[in-house]
Amino acid sequence: MAKRKFGLALSVLLAAGTLLGACGSGNDDASKDNGKKEGSGEKTSEFSVAMVTDVGGIDDKSFNQSAWKGIQDFGKANDMEKGDGGYDYLQSAGEEDYIPNLNALARRDFSLVFGVGFMMQDAMDEIASQQKDTEFAIIDAVVDQPNAASILFKEQEGSYLAGVAAALMTESKKVGFVGGMENEVIHRFESGFVAGVKAVDPEIDVDVQYAGAFDKAEIGKTMANRMYSSGVDIIFHAAGGTGNGVFSEAKERKAADADANVWVIGVDSDQYDEGAVGDTNVTLTSMLKRVDIAVEDISKRAKEGKFPGGETHVYGLSEDGVDLADSRGAIPEDVMKKIEDYKEKIKSGEIEVPEYPEGKEPKK
Amino acid sequence: MEYVIEMLNIRKEFGNFVANDNITLQLGKGEIHALLGENGAGKSTLMNVLFGLYQPEGGEIRVRGKKVDITDPNVANDLGIGMVHQHFMLVENFTVTENIILGNEPTKGGSLNISAAAKKVAELSRQYGLNVDPYAKIEDISVGMQQRVEILKTLYRGAEILIFDEPTASLTPQEITELIAIMRKLITEGKSIILITHKLQEIMDVSDRVTVIRKGKGIGTVITDESSPEELASLMVGRQVVFKTEKGPSHPTEEVLTVKDLVVTDSRNVEKVKRLNLNVRRGEIVGIAGIDGNGQSELIEAITGLRKVKAGTVAINGKDITNKRPRQVTESGVGHIPQDRHKHGLVLDFPIGHNIALQTYYQKPLSKGGIIDYKAIDRFAEGIIEQYDVRTQGPHEPARALSGGNQQKAIIGREVERDPDLLIAALPTRGLDVGAIEFIHRRLIEQRDNGKAVLLVSFELDEVMNVSDRIAVIYDGMIIDTVIPSETDEQELGLLMAGHSRKEAAAIQAEEGDDKHVQ
Amino acid sequence: MSNRMINILVPVISVILGLLVGAIVMAVSGYDPILGYTALWNGIFGDSYAIGETIRQITPYILAGLAVAFAFRTGLFNIGVEGQLIVGWFAAVYVGAAFDLPKVIHLPLSILAGAAAGALWAFLPGLLKAKMKIHEVIVTIMMNYIALHVVNALIKTWSGGGDKTERILDSASLRSDFLASLTDYSRLHYGIIIALMMVVLMWFLLEKTTMGFELKSVGFNENASEYGGMKIGKNIILAMVISGAFAGLAGAMEGLGTFGNMYTRGGFTGIGFDGIAVALLGANTPLGVIFGAVLFGSLKYGALNMPNAAQIPEEIVQIVIALVIFFVACGYAIRLLLSKISKKKEAK
Repeated sequence: MAKRKFGLALSVLLAAGTLLGACGSGNDDASKDNGKKEGSGEKTSEFSVAMVTDVGGIDDKSFNQSAWKGIQDFGKANDMEKGDGGYDYLQSAGEEDYIPNLNALARRDFSLVFGVGFMMQDAMDEIASQQKDTEFAIIDAVVDQPNAASILFKEQEGSYLAGVAAALMTESKKVGFVGGMENEVIHRFESGFVAGVKAVDPEIDVDVQYAGAFDKAEIGKTMANRMYSSGVDIIFHAAGGTGNGVFSEAKERKAADADANVWVIGVDSDQYDEGAVGDTNVTLTSMLKRVDIAVEDISKRAKEGKFPGGETHVYGLSEDGVDLADSRGAIPEDVMKKIEDYKEKIKSGEIEVPEYPEGKEPKK
Repeated sequence: MEYVIEMLNIRKEFGNFVANDNITLQLGKGEIHALLGENGAGKSTLMNVLFGLYQPEGGEIRVRGKKVDITDPNVANDLGIGMVHQHFMLVENFTVTENIILGNEPTKGGSLNISAAAKKVAELSRQYGLNVDPYAKIEDISVGMQQRVEILKTLYRGAEILIFDEPTASLTPQEITELIAIMRKLITEGKSIILITHKLQEIMDVSDRVTVIRKGKGIGTVITDESSPEELASLMVGRQVVFKTEKGPSHPTEEVLTVKDLVVTDSRNVEKVKRLNLNVRRGEIVGIAGIDGNGQSELIEAITGLRKVKAGTVAINGKDITNKRPRQVTESGVGHIPQDRHKHGLVLDFPIGHNIALQTYYQKPLSKGGIIDYKAIDRFAEGIIEQYDVRTQGPHEPARALSGGNQQKAIIGREVERDPDLLIAALPTRGLDVGAIEFIHRRLIEQRDNGKAVLLVSFELDEVMNVSDRIAVIYDGMIIDTVIPSETDEQELGLLMAGHSRKEAAAIQAEEGDDKHVQ
Repeated sequence: MSNRMINILVPVISVILGLLVGAIVMAVSGYDPILGYTALWNGIFGDSYAIGETIRQITPYILAGLAVAFAFRTGLFNIGVEGQLIVGWFAAVYVGAAFDLPKVIHLPLSILAGAAAGALWAFLPGLLKAKMKIHEVIVTIMMNYIALHVVNALIKTWSGGGDKTERILDSASLRSDFLASLTDYSRLHYGIIIALMMVVLMWFLLEKTTMGFELKSVGFNENASEYGGMKIGKNIILAMVISGAFAGLAGAMEGLGTFGNMYTRGGFTGIGFDGIAVALLGANTPLGVIFGAVLFGSLKYGALNMPNAAQIPEEIVQIVIALVIFFVACGYAIRLLLSKISKKKEAK
C-alpha cells in the first residue's frame, strides 16, 4: 500500500514537471520572440538600464550602492522612471541567484544590464551567451562576450594615494591594511597602498591582514583592535561590511579617549559619515572607486549606440575612476599638496603602480 | 465509623476508556486503608482524582462529611491530603530541610529562614519516630530515608490524610519493616492512611480494611482480618491464584553454565565480582539470592557479554564464551531476561513486534540477504503475543504503550522462543502484579522441565525460595554459600544474604528464638 | 477526523495562515499583497524557466534534508551537513575538472567523489562519537568551519591564487541541452533524479533492510541494541557516513549541476542549515523531506520574483517567506490542536 502510494506520488511529480515544462516552454518561446522583436524596435527610442547586486545588497555603503547611484543619476539626467522601460535593480541573496536575476532583467527587455562584482563573472558569461539581444556590463571582472562590456578599475592607483596620505600622516610609523577576501581586486588595493606608503618612507611598517569575508564586521573589529593596540594609528580597509568593524573599533577608542590617535581610511565611496564620533571624526579620507561614474559612462555610450561590447574599460586616476575623497581638514594643506604631486606623477605615467602585491603575482 | 474521606461512586473517563467505573472508597479516621488492584486497574487514577489532578465525570467526594470540589492539588493540600509518591520528588543536592520547604519557603525579613524550618522538621521527625537528619543531603541518604523525607514533607504541610503510592517498591526488607512501624506510629498520632499496593503480604501485615478494584470497577471493601491473601488475590485478579507455583522435583543432568574464578569490575574499575564460581545444570533452576549491589548485575552482564571480564572464564556447554560479544553469547544458546527491561530489554520507541524480533531480526525467516521481511516479523510477533498472553493492540503498538507486565511477557516470549539451553532471568517479576508473577514463574519452571538450565536473580526472598531448586547466596561479589530451599527458611537466607556464615546464622536464630521465649 | 485528513489539512492550513499574515505585513508596509503573491506564484510556476529553476533549487534541499533526516532517525544530530556539502561540492568539481573521461564513467565518478567526500567528512565525528563519546553536534559544527576554510585554501592553491576552480568538463556535467531547451535555458539539471533516487534509497535502507533496523534501534536505545547483539560503534559511524554522503551529494549537485565550478566563499551556503528545517518540516521521513524541500526551494526561488515583478523590497519578501515557513513549522501545534479537538468529540 505504502509502496504504491509512493510510486504514484513520484510519477505525478515527474509527470507534472515535464508537462508544465513542456507547455510552458512552447508558449514562452513564442511570446519571447514577439517581445524581442518589439523590443529591438523600441530600443533606439527608449533606452532602459538595470543592475543586479551581488550578495552585499543595494545599501552596502560600498560599490553596489555606488553603482545604483550611477544608474539613478543617469536615469534622472535622461528623464527616466524607476521600473520597466526605465531603470531598476534586483538584489541577490546568494550566488545561485545571479543567473535568475540577470535573466529576469534581460527578459524584462532592459537595454543594458549591469552585474556588480567579480563573483558574477560566470553567471554573466552564461546569460550573455543566451540573451544575445541584451547588452551586459560587468564590474570588476572580464566577460568575453560580444554583447558584454567589462569594467575594471585601477584600485592600485587610488590606493597608492591612500598609502601616501597614511605615510605622511602616521605618527607611530605603523599603518595597517584590512582586506576582505584575498582576490585579484583586493590585491590591487593592497599593492597600491603598500607601494604608496613605501614611496614616502620605506621604514614605515605596513600590517596587512585579510578577514576572509566581506560581511563579518566582528572580524574587522577584532583585527582593528589588534592593530591599534600594536601601535598602528591609521588603517586602510578594503573589506566592505567587514570594514564597518574597523570603523566601530576606531570610534570606540576615540569616544573613550578624545586624544586617541586612531584613523581609518574608507573605501569605495566617501565614508566620512561612517567615522563620526560626536564632533570629531576618525575618517582620514576615503579611497573613492567611482563605480557610479563608470556605470553612468557606459550607460551613456550605450544610449548613444556606442556600447563597447566585447571591450574592457579600465578606469584609473586619469579617467576619474579612482580618487581620494575630501578629507575635510583631517589632512593639512601641505600634505594635500604632496599627495597632489604624486597624483600628477601617476597620471603622467612617471609612476607606475604595481598591480599585484609582492609574492602574490598570478602563477600562470 | 467516622469517615475522613468518602469517595462515592467515582467515575472517570478518558475518551472511550473508563478508568474508574463506580468506585467507592471510604477512609475511616485512624485507619490504614489499602487500595488493591493489578497494574492498570485504576488505582492511580482514583488517587489522582482525590488529589485534584483529574476531575471525575461522576460521583462525589466528601472530606470529613462535607462535600468538596477538589479542583487542583492546592485544594487537596488545604484539605489536609498529602501524597507520598512512588517516585520521590526530591532535589538530589539539596538538604532534607531544603527539600521539605521547597515551594513553601519560610522567610524572615525577605531572607530564607532555614534554621526555623530545620527545627520544625527535627520536631516532626522526633514526634513520628522518623529519625531524619534535617541537614543531611538527599544524595547521601538511603532510599528508605528519602521516603521518610517525603513523608515529612506531607506532615510539614499539615497533612492529616496520607496517601502512600506503592511505598515498598524500592525498599529492602528491613526498610519495609521500619516503614510499617512508621505507618503504625502515624495512626497513633491521629493520621489516616490510604495505602496503594499490589503486594498482598503488606496488606495483611498493616491494613485495617481493603478496597479492591479490578479493571476500573470497584469490587468491594473487606476487613483485612476477616480475609486471607488467597481471597484478596482472587478478588483482585478475578480468578483463583496459585501462590506457590506447583513444581515437581528437579532432575539435573549435565552442566550448561560454568563460571570459574570470575572477576568483573564496574565502570569505575571497582571489583564487583571477585573470583566467583557458579554452575547451572540442565533441568534445574538456580536462584541467586542477595541484596542489591552485591555484584549480581555485573555477574549477569559478564556472562551475557555486555561487560568485559577481567579474569576467569565463562563457558556454555563446555564452550568458552569469555568476553565474546553479546550476539555470540546468545547464539551459543543463552537467553537473557534483563534486569532493567526499559534500559536493556526493550527499544521502547520501537513497535512491540520489532522488539519481539530484537534478537532474531537478522536471521531467516525474518530477513534474507540483509532485507527484512516485516510481514514475517509481524507473524512471528503475533504468535508470541498470543502464546505468551501479551495484552496489546498488535505488533505495531509501540512497546512504550504496554504495561510493565505485558512488556515483560513479550521479553520472556522472545527469549524462551529461541529455545536457549540457558535462560537467565534477572529480576523477572519486578514491579509486576500477582497474575503476571504467577505466569512468569510457570514459564521458568516449564523451561526447567523441558531440560533447560535456568539462572534466576532476585531480591525477593519468597520468589527465590519458591522457584529455585538450588539457591546460591551472593555477598560482596562472591557466592558465599549454596542452599536447598527445602532445607532453609527466609530468616536463615536473610542472614546469609547479610554476609553471615551458616554457622553464625544458626547462632543468631537460636538467640532470637530465646528472646521470643523470654517475652 | 481521520488521520489522513489531518495529514493533508495541516500543511494546507499552515500555508494559508502564513500567506495571510504575510499579506497583512505587505499591506501594512504599503505594498499590494495580491500583486506580491502573483509575483511569487509566477516566480515559482510562471513559465517553464521558472519551473526549471525552482526544481533546480529544490534539488540540493532534498539531499540536505535527507542528510539531516537520516541522522535524526538514527539518533544523531548532524549539524555538519553544511561542511559535508562544501567538501562534496569541491570533490565533485575537482574530479569533474581534473580528469578527462567518457561521460558514462566521468559523471558517476564525479558524483561519487562528492558523496565520498561528504561521507569522509562525517566519518570523523561518527568515529569520535563511537569511540570517545564526544558529542557529534560540537564536532560537526567545528567541521563546518574546517571544511569552509580548507576548501577555500584548496581552491586558491589549485587555481594558482585565484578565487574559483576550473569549470568541470562537459563529460562530468549534470546539465543537458534537452533539459535546457525544455525549460528555456534554465539551469535545471539531472540532479533532481538523483535526489529522488536517494529519497527512495533512504526509505529502502530504513524500512526494508536489517541495516536500517539496526541503525534505528541504536538511535533509540543503545543499551537494548547492544543487548540485542548489535555493534553500537559501527552503527553510529555508519549512520554518520550515510548522512554525510547525502550531504556530499547535495554539494555535488551544486558543483556538477548548478554552478559547474566552485568559488572561494566568505561564508556558508546555508543549504546545510536549511536542511535541518527541511527535515523537521518533513517529520524526518523521506517523503516528508520532499515536501519540505519543495516548500523551501519554491519559496526561496519564487521570492526572487517579488522585487522583480511587484517592486516589493527584499526585506519585506524575506519576512513574508519566513512567515510561511514559520506557520508550516507550527503545523505540529495545529496538528496537536486538531487531534485534541477530534479526540474530545469522540469522547462525547
